[in-house]
Amino acid sequence: MIIRPNSKTHAIGLLLAATALVTACGPKKLKDLPPPAQGSDYGDNSQNGGAGQVLPGSQEDFVRTVSADRIFFDTDRFNIDPEDQATLQSQAQWLGQYPNVRITVEGHADERGTRDYNLALGERRANAAKNFLSSLGINPARIQTVSYGKERPQAMGSNEQSWAQNRRAVTITIQ
Amino acid sequence: MRYFSPTKYLAVLGLLFSAPMASAQTVPEPAPSDEPELVEFDTAKIRRVAVPVLVAPSPADTTAGNSVNLGRQIADVISSDLRASGLFEPIGPSGLRAISLAEVTAPQYEYWKGRGAEQLIEGFVRVGGDGNLTIGCYLYDVTFGSEVTRLGFVVAPGEWRRAAHKCADAFYSKVTGERPFFDSRIAYIAETGPKGNRMKRLAIMDSDGANHKFITSGTASALTPRYSPNYRSILYLSYSDGNPRIYVYDVASGRQQLITASKNPTFAPRWSPDGQSILYSMAVAGNTDVYKIAVTGGAPVRLTNTPGIDVGGSFSPDGRQIVFESDRGGNQQIYIMNADGSNQRRISFGGGRFATPEWSPRGDLIAFTRIAGDFRVGTMRPDGSGERLLTNSWQDEAPTWAPNGRVIQFFRTEKNSGKTGIWQVDLTGANERKLPTPVDGSDPAWGPVLP
Repeated sequence: MIIRPNSKTHAIGLLLAATALVTACGPKKLKDLPPPAQGSDYGDNSQNGGAGQVLPGSQEDFVRTVSADRIFFDTDRFNIDPEDQATLQSQAQWLGQYPNVRITVEGHADERGTRDYNLALGERRANAAKNFLSSLGINPARIQTVSYGKERPQAMGSNEQSWAQNRRAVTITIQ
Repeated sequence: MRYFSPTKYLAVLGLLFSAPMASAQTVPEPAPSDEPELVEFDTAKIRRVAVPVLVAPSPADTTAGNSVNLGRQIADVISSDLRASGLFEPIGPSGLRAISLAEVTAPQYEYWKGRGAEQLIEGFVRVGGDGNLTIGCYLYDVTFGSEVTRLGFVVAPGEWRRAAHKCADAFYSKVTGERPFFDSRIAYIAETGPKGNRMKRLAIMDSDGANHKFITSGTASALTPRYSPNYRSILYLSYSDGNPRIYVYDVASGRQQLITASKNPTFAPRWSPDGQSILYSMAVAGNTDVYKIAVTGGAPVRLTNTPGIDVGGSFSPDGRQIVFESDRGGNQQIYIMNADGSNQRRISFGGGRFATPEWSPRGDLIAFTRIAGDFRVGTMRPDGSGERLLTNSWQDEAPTWAPNGRVIQFFRTEKNSGKTGIWQVDLTGANERKLPTPVDGSDPAWGPVLP
C-alpha cells in the first residue's frame, strides 16, 4: 500500500482516494500537495498502487500538479501564446522539482490537413513547446519530441470544437 | 509471364481454322506525347464491347481451378477492367452465348452486330503439359468487320488475372490510343478500428483490388507507402521504433531497413523514376526540409532550406525536376525545383492551400489536393496553368497516378466517422468509383505497368 505524503492515517488516505475518484473527471487540480521529501521511500514503484494515491514524480502526479499537460494551437500555427506560456511554466516548475524525470512532447494536428504536412506541423508544435520549456531552464536533453500528425485525435468530431482540441502539444513523463 | 504469337502457337499445335490467319501482331505502345497537353477522353462515345467466355477447348484442371471456369473468370476480369475505365460498356460474359473454338479466329460479325456490340473480344484457354496456361486473346472491330489485334500469353495458373489484364490493356490501348494501365499494382494503408485508435497496416493489391495482401501486422502504425518502379521494394513510414521513420521493405525477403541512420523523424518518401534515389522529408529541431539520398545509401543531399515546412515531392518523369509543397509563403502551396534543389519557384496561385503534388507519369500534369474548406483532388499543368478540380467531397486527399497518366486514385475520408476508402476518377472528373478493399483504405500509391 502506498501512503500519500500528506495523509496522517490509512483511513484518511482512503477517504482522499474516494474524493479524488469523484473529482477525477473534473478540471479541479490538487495543488496543495507538499513537495516530497527527498529520498523518501513511498513503497513500490507501481503506478496503480491504488486509486487516488499519487506517487510524487509520477505521470499522475504531473497531470494533477501542472495547470495542464497540453497546450493548444490555432489552425496551421505553432506559436506559444500567453496561455500556453502559463501552462508550460507550470510544467517547468514541476520538472524543476523532479530533475531526473524525462519527458516526451507529442505534437498533434487536426484532421483538416494533409497527412505529410500534418506530420511536419506536429514536429513544429512539439518543438515549440520543447524550446519554451528549455528557455525556462529545463535541460533540452530531458525532452524528446514525437509528431503524430493527424493520426491520434483526442476529440472525435469533425467540427471546430474537436479540431481545436486536437491541435495540441501534450507533455508526457517517461516513467 | 511469357508472350507468344497466337498464330505461331496455333500453327505449331497443328490446329486448323477455316478462316485464313492474319499475321501475328504485337501491341505497340503509343509514343508518349512530348508536348504538355490536356488530352480529353471522348467520354461521350462509350464503346459497347462484347466479351464472351473464353473457350476452353480441352477442359482440364489446374492449380487455379478448371480451365472452363478460368475462361469465364478471365472474361469477367476483362469486362470489369473495361467497365471501370469508364470508356467502355462491356456486354457479357454473363448473358452471352458460348462461342466455339473456330469462332475465336472467325468471328460472327453479323451476330455481334445484332447484339449491339461495336467491338468484340474473344479468346481461348488451354492447359499445357507443364501445367501452365496458354491464353489467346483476339480483338475485333465488329462495325468494320476486321481484326484489331491478337496476342497470347503463357502463364502459371495462379497468374491468370495478369493475362486478363494484359488482354484488357491491349484492347484499351488500341481503341483509345492511350498507354495501358490495368496490369499494375497498388500499395496502400489498410485501416481498421475506431477513429481515435486506428490500426494502420501496409498492404498491396492489384489495380482492381484483387490479390490483396497485408504486409505489416499493425502493431506499429504504417503510413504513406510507395512502390519502387520495379515493384521489388516499398518505401513507407512506420512508427515501429516509436518515431516516424522511413523504411524500405524488400518484397521478396520481407526484410526492411531504415533509409538513413539519422535519428531525426523522416517521412513523405518518394522514388525517383529510375528507382536509384529516394526523396524524403526530414524534421530537424522542428523544421522540415526535403532531402535526397541514393538507394544504396551514402550522404543525403538537402534540397530545400527555408524556415517553412518543405515537404513531399515528386519527380518529373525525366527525373530533372521535383514538384513539392511548402508553406514558406505563409500557407501550403506547390513549388517546383530542379533535381539539385536549384531554381525553386511557386506554381500554384489559385484560391486556398495546395498540397500533395504528384507529377503525372506522362509529364503533362501535376495532381494535387486543394484545401479550401473541403479537400478536393485536381490537376494543373507544370507551369501552374489549367487548374481543374476533379472531385467534390468533404475530404479527398493524396492523388496517385495510373501508370498511363489518365486515371487518378486518391483516398476519401468521411466526416465524423473518419472512415476511409480508396477512390478512382479519370482526368475529366468522370467515372468516379470506390475500389473494393477488404477494410478501409488510405494513402494509395500506384505502381507502373508490369512487364
